[in-house]
Amino acid sequence: MAAVSRRARDAFEALGDPTRRSLFERLAAGPMAVGDLAAGAAVSRPAVSQHLKVLEEAQLVTKTAVGARHIYRIDPRGIGAVRDKLDAWHGTAMAAFQAFADAEHEKDEVLK
Amino acid sequence: MTIAPVVKTVDVKCGPARAFELFTARMGGWWPSSHHTGATPFEEVVVEPKAGGRWFERDAAGAETQWGRVLTWSPPDGVLLAWQLNADFKFDPDFETELEITFEALALGTRVRLEHRDLERFGESAERIAEMLRGGWPTIIGEFVTFADQPQTQAQGA
Repeated sequence: MAAVSRRARDAFEALGDPTRRSLFERLAAGPMAVGDLAAGAAVSRPAVSQHLKVLEEAQLVTKTAVGARHIYRIDPRGIGAVRDKLDAWHGTAMAAFQAFADAEHEKDEVLK
Repeated sequence: MTIAPVVKTVDVKCGPARAFELFTARMGGWWPSSHHTGATPFEEVVVEPKAGGRWFERDAAGAETQWGRVLTWSPPDGVLLAWQLNADFKFDPDFETELEITFEALALGTRVRLEHRDLERFGESAERIAEMLRGGWPTIIGEFVTFADQPQTQAQGA
């Protein structure tokens, strides 16, 4: 495998642990609450929470709070934050282009 | 699953040919200087004017940091760029999303439209791994062994 991204490395590291692989695999089948995940796991609930945290940091899973429960699911490609960043980036860039182009246009007109 | 593209549209006062030229040949003149991806601020942003050309920033010392490349070069109508900055905004030659800029003539001026698409590719690793899991363990174990055998990984684990 050439050029492994940092993110892929994090993901593989996170999945290097059999308990985490098992949790991830179960979430691949559909979203689940922490309690339900813990009930089917071979380790304690706090341990399950710790493992989920590692998966979350690797952007493999994401959690949402529903009342007092945390529902985990496969990160739906975890790109919401990236899209927001790009949206802001391109917005700033295009506004800057507009200002620049119009200023250049004024100069072109003067030279005519 | 696809993610909605980022679309930005602005109107400028000059004609399409001039707008195209200012956008591509003078990118360093307008691209916000806070938006550099290299270690140091850029001096210039270069879009090589041909299909297959590179798109990169160059700092005062001449160091170049690539952003992507030119997929389609069709002045004055538009340019299609490959945006190859990953989720960490670092250049990744194996990563590619499309950034299309079009220039449409108005009665007075030009409408410049930017569309950044294929955004779902930013999150491919989670999906790819999920697919490998669905496809069975031999694949993922093979990938993991390859990863674990890399010198860098071993150094980290030492």
